[in-house]
Amino acid sequence: MIPFSAQLVNLFAALLLLIAFAMLSQRRILSLINLFAMQGLVLSVSTLIVGLTTQQHHLYYSAALTLVLKVIFLPWLLHRLIRKLNVKWDVETMFNIPSTMLIGIVLVVFAFNLALPISQLSGTIIRSTLGIAMASVLLSFLMMITRRKAVPQVIGFLAMENGLFFAATSATYGMPMVVELGIALDVLVGAFIFGIFFFHIRETFDSLDIKHMERLKED
Amino acid sequence: MAPNLLPIDYILGIVVFWLALGLAGLVLQRQPRLLAQLLFPAGALGALALAVVTLGALGGGTNVAVLPLGLPDLPFHLRLDALSAFFLLLLGGAVFGISVYGAGYFRTMEGSTLGLLCLEYHLFIASMVLVLLADDAYLFMVAWEAMALSSYFLVTTDHKVPEIRRAGFLYLLIAHVGAIGILLCFGVMQGGQGDYSFATMRQAELSPFWASATFLLALFGFGAKAGLLPLHAWLPEAHPAAPSPVSALMSGVMLKTAIYGLLRVTFDLLGTQLWWWGALTLVLGLMTALYGVLFAAVQSDMKRLLAYSSIENIGIILAGIGLGIIFHAFHQEAVAVLALVAALYHALNHAFFKGLLFLGTGSVLHATGERNLGHLGGLIRRMPWVAVLVLVGTLAIAGLPPFNGFVSEWLLLQAFLLTPALPHPYLNMMIPLGAAAIALAAALAAYAMVKFYGVIFLGQHREEKLLHAHDAGNWERLGLGWMAAACLALGLFPVAVILQLDNVTQLLIGRELGSSAGHAGWLWLTPVAPERASYSPVILFLIILVGLGFTFIAVRKLYHGRLRRGAPWDCGFPAQTPRMQDTAEGFSQPIRQIFEPVFGIIRELPSPFDTHPHYHGETRDRLWNLFYLPIAAVTEKLSGLIGKLQHGRISIYLLYSFITLLALLAFVR
Repeated sequence: MIPFSAQLVNLFAALLLLIAFAMLSQRRILSLINLFAMQGLVLSVSTLIVGLTTQQHHLYYSAALTLVLKVIFLPWLLHRLIRKLNVKWDVETMFNIPSTMLIGIVLVVFAFNLALPISQLSGTIIRSTLGIAMASVLLSFLMMITRRKAVPQVIGFLAMENGLFFAATSATYGMPMVVELGIALDVLVGAFIFGIFFFHIRETFDSLDIKHMERLKED
Repeated sequence: MAPNLLPIDYILGIVVFWLALGLAGLVLQRQPRLLAQLLFPAGALGALALAVVTLGALGGGTNVAVLPLGLPDLPFHLRLDALSAFFLLLLGGAVFGISVYGAGYFRTMEGSTLGLLCLEYHLFIASMVLVLLADDAYLFMVAWEAMALSSYFLVTTDHKVPEIRRAGFLYLLIAHVGAIGILLCFGVMQGGQGDYSFATMRQAELSPFWASATFLLALFGFGAKAGLLPLHAWLPEAHPAAPSPVSALMSGVMLKTAIYGLLRVTFDLLGTQLWWWGALTLVLGLMTALYGVLFAAVQSDMKRLLAYSSIENIGIILAGIGLGIIFHAFHQEAVAVLALVAALYHALNHAFFKGLLFLGTGSVLHATGERNLGHLGGLIRRMPWVAVLVLVGTLAIAGLPPFNGFVSEWLLLQAFLLTPALPHPYLNMMIPLGAAAIALAAALAAYAMVKFYGVIFLGQHREEKLLHAHDAGNWERLGLGWMAAACLALGLFPVAVILQLDNVTQLLIGRELGSSAGHAGWLWLTPVAPERASYSPVILFLIILVGLGFTFIAVRKLYHGRLRRGAPWDCGFPAQTPRMQDTAEGFSQPIRQIFEPVFGIIRELPSPFDTHPHYHGETRDRLWNLFYLPIAAVTEKLSGLIGKLQHGRISIYLLYSFITLLALLAFVR
């Protein structure tokens, strides 16, 4: 019988995966940002539960950090950005959404298959969620590939970090605090740099469609 | 109480002193005359001190030092043994003359250029010293690259000229390709122990296959620096492009660091030698020597001529080393030591006579602004000092007694000819052919040098402006004089030199030549035994002097008063003009004719009816088309294929990393 807290974490893990799929299929940027905030919230709560169950105090800080950074600050930043850039319209994808979802399912199978031996080695109570974590990393990556506009690509990048964070929590109760802080800082700085780039891309090409960047290629 | 300082500490002190001089050069940019006449002589004194210290250290055993520089936990190891001491002696002796000469030569240069040149020059010699002292692959490669880069900037001193930039690029490219070879060679040699100090490499036991791989990589890497045959293309471009003292330094000293590296790897770091390594080195060396000398003979740019002649001399040195490896592999130590001594001796000689000749071309270039042989001539009247001193170098490089070139080439021929029965029938037959090749190269070198000297200094001036040529200044005379004196001294006292060289051969193959070579005292050089062959340069020199004196007296006294000047038969040329002399092209025409298949000759002949006839002839390096251009084409094609990966679409790039990630994950599983 799996303990109650572990069942709770499994539930949140399932939610994480579900949100990842939702992001993959979401056409509107605004909803995409909201989904990203939700994913952050799920992550934060599940980290908190793991921390409470296992008495790993540094996980509290991780959870708080996630909450502040990924649920409040980054979504607020992104909202502000798209207001300024005025890009609330629909997102065009490269492939149609159903086939992207099919590829996503294949990736999930691959990720579970991959995580199986690792989670047998791991001694944590939530080791079975490692496959979900890896699947959400791969799904976020897939989202980056299939989107044509710059903002969803950045959201994909941030979501990928969510998946990584979850993987670390589920396999080893989180990375050392220093590493976690470092990654958080990276994400923050990355988001700022992307924000600056958005403005520059738009100034140069009058659009945030990255297909214009093909012109930068050297012949 | 002064701490007990080892020779290696003094040498490191000199290195630091040189680096300080280089930095001082940047500070003193505003006063170029002061800079040239203060810093370069100071550097020369450092070089002299280096020569004195290393002369003392040659027989003084091994010193080591560890410098806590470089990466954490990876200090620089240094080691001074007889082999490095010998090459440091060569460096110190040659750099002294070149730096003194530089004090005069660089005097007229522009300040900012001169400041940088002073920095690069001293960095260059300091890094060469560190190459020679390095006792781990890490310091060796750092110093080696510092040497390559500083000399690259020295070559491109006149970077406003496109040809010089091109020459510099070619040099840098081949230097780096060679450095990769050396790096891989060290990588193989450390045998997976993870420790890159030479001490570990000496102990590593390599299988014959890996030892051969090491040797081939070393031959490739050091050969690229030395100008070994297909890798020589940079040398005739880069050496003439540099200012003359730098050409002297590169040709005379830098090429020797490659010889040092090859000797260090082959004899010191690799425990055993296989005979075919020697055969390969010998064949490549002989080919290089012949190729270099043939091209030297047909050049009409004086510095290019000397650069090709450097290729020839490197070929001779490598042939000696190859012969040494063969004999050593068959345990014929008596001849192996003779061949190695000849190679080392020739390396020493080449540093001095080639340095002297390059410095001489520098004086000619300064006085006339001309390096094309077709526009020079008759300078012996305008520049007697330079002419006489360069004559010494010319005779030495042509291998005429009593100068130093003769001694080493004679020793090498002895080694070839005194071949005992090797247990290998083909080698027994082939090695005497090598002697013939060496003799041919020496004869052609003499031919090329007659052309060099005759066209520049003898005859009549080919241009009006040559009448205003001025002789070299005092600093330059001093530098040239030092080099010429060294050429004479090395030629007159071979036994003393060989006794010093014994320390090196003792280290390399555990055997010495001094006991047999100095068998009959310092006066007679007897390489193997007095009844086989002997040579006394001092007595020969005295005979030459006495003969010259008698001739002079006879002509002056007996013919005195009866000497009269009159118009010779004018043979239909009542007015003789300088244009009627044999030109450089004319002089080398027979060689071009005989060896035509070797050269790629492009010739444009004017039509007989052309009122403004223009003749253009050019000798190209065939290997350029056969070897370099195909490699360049393949590289370009491959780069084009890789360039196709670039789409400019971010999604594709992300897809690349995604697929890589999936593949790696699947692989790890």
